[in-house]
Amino acid sequence: MANIMIRKNEAGGLVFYLPKRDLEDNIDSIEFDSPEKWGGELKLASGGTYYIEPQLAPARLPVSVRAKRVDAPE
Amino acid sequence: MSNLTREETESLIQEVLEVYPEKARKDRAKHLAINDQSIEQSKKCITSNRKSLPGVMTIRGCAYAGSRGVVWGPVKDMIHISHGPVGCGQYSRAGRRNYYVGTTGVNTFAEMNFTSDFQEKDIVFGGDKKLAKIMNEIEQLFPLNKGITVQSECPIGLIGDDIEAVSKKAAKELNKVVVPVRCEGFRGVSQSLGHHIANDAVRDWVLSNRDGKHFESTPYDVTIIGDYNIGGDAWASRIFLEEMGLRVIAQWSGDGTIAEMENTPKAKLNLLHCYRSMNYISRHMEEKYGIPWMEYNFFGPTKIEESLRRIAAFFDDSIKEGAERVIAKYKPMMEAVIAKYKPRLQGKRVMLYIGGLRPRHVIGAYEDLGMEVVGTGYEFGHNDDYDRTIKEMGNATLLYDDVTGFELEEFVKRIKPDLVGSGIKEKYIYQKMGIPFRQMHSWDYSGPYHGYDGFAIFARDMDMTLNNPCWGKQTPPWKVQKPADEAVKAAA
Ligand code: SF4
Repeated sequence: MANIMIRKNEAGGLVFYLPKRDLEDNIDSIEFDSPEKWGGELKLASGGTYYIEPQLAPARLPVSVRAKRVDAPE
Repeated sequence: MSNLTREETESLIQEVLEVYPEKARKDRAKHLAINDQSIEQSKKCITSNRKSLPGVMTIRGCAYAGSRGVVWGPVKDMIHISHGPVGCGQYSRAGRRNYYVGTTGVNTFAEMNFTSDFQEKDIVFGGDKKLAKIMNEIEQLFPLNKGITVQSECPIGLIGDDIEAVSKKAAKELNKVVVPVRCEGFRGVSQSLGHHIANDAVRDWVLSNRDGKHFESTPYDVTIIGDYNIGGDAWASRIFLEEMGLRVIAQWSGDGTIAEMENTPKAKLNLLHCYRSMNYISRHMEEKYGIPWMEYNFFGPTKIEESLRRIAAFFDDSIKEGAERVIAKYKPMMEAVIAKYKPRLQGKRVMLYIGGLRPRHVIGAYEDLGMEVVGTGYEFGHNDDYDRTIKEMGNATLLYDDVTGFELEEFVKRIKPDLVGSGIKEKYIYQKMGIPFRQMHSWDYSGPYHGYDGFAIFARDMDMTLNNPCWGKQTPPWKVQKPADEAVKAAA
């Protein structure tokens, strides 16, 4: 488990940021993206996958959440 | 010399790598790449932010350098104690040319070196008592200081001193901000982690100090983050941000004060120049206070115009008009600079090797002068820096991460650039090789280079270096081939 931060970039896409390792990456897709259920598997542009417990959508971004690494290329 | 093709660059890298033993070669190969603009993700072509190989000449610094030297050092009204032996602070004292206004030693202290000067007995018995004592001394000798930071050097972490406890106690007694920073030099692979640690210390000990307190704000409050005012850079930027109608409420950290840092959460927009060293705190403020941040680039008129328009987009029409007004006002001045220097610099090729931001940020300024950057690299950049670099660089140009002294020399010998821009450690090597060189960390004792005023100085400096008559005098007079009749005259 690691703390990650999710924010919106200027183009409106979601960006993944892992402070501990200074990793920044675009999020290609998020499994659940509705107000009541938000989270699930995050697919990163690098090909990695992280999982966050589905939860209520955050009131505003950026938000820090706990995430599990499912698989990452490096 | 014309530019190398992709194959030639490839073989150049291979050639350079040949001297290494196999394991080292494998490792270094990952740090050298040929730029390919079609790649979206830099990690596909280059590895960065890894430990340097033992035995090669790296140019990196330590975490202490990143915190004491870069992030905290320029905060002028605080006293930064280099906690540990005297050398770390003394040998890096005032080397970065962070300009500030104030009377040094009375109300500003950025150029001075304060150290706890560890001796054997402090290592054996611990230095906490000494730290508490010097804080009191500081208070007596420099009563106008607005706070103290404790910048740990290597031994502090090794002997396990509790600087946090001492700092908390001192903060109560002195009624000032006292910030312990755990930036021991052995942490991380380069100064980059020092930036991060320093940012975290700001977050934990400073940023929320004035939460809930009243602040006269305007809708146009912005901050300049990650500008260290080297040679006056931040001033040269601030002047036209204010001209376009914005109010700069804080400068981080060149010519900055602790009060400005505490007030930063009241800003409407954080303008981030050095992404590498201060993105952490900007991200934090975005999450906690909802302040958006934006990376901008004030090197060279093209990038300035682009940045000003993007900054203005965050505000209402009066600022947008302000931006256009500023752009129009400086246009004739910029055109005059370019008209004067471009003919003298056109087509010249540059190789850069700098810290964490300028390897990509100054490219635009060189291009404005008709010059071309044919190789660039970061001392301590991360993948996100290279992501941002790939688009700025031409195809088939060279990228090198944490380049070793040997590699850079070989690259320069083969690529034969007209100018090399790097730091003091490289300067004399290349000058002796007969290649014009500019220090791009400290602006070679010149500057500012940011902003409109800075660009004029930048252009002049590049011309002065490149077209200096000394480069034509590389051969000593007795080895110069004289025309035949002159030789005869001399013999007669
Ligand atoms: S590595 Fe340690 S001893 Fe060396 S300058 Fe940095 S803090 Fe000082």
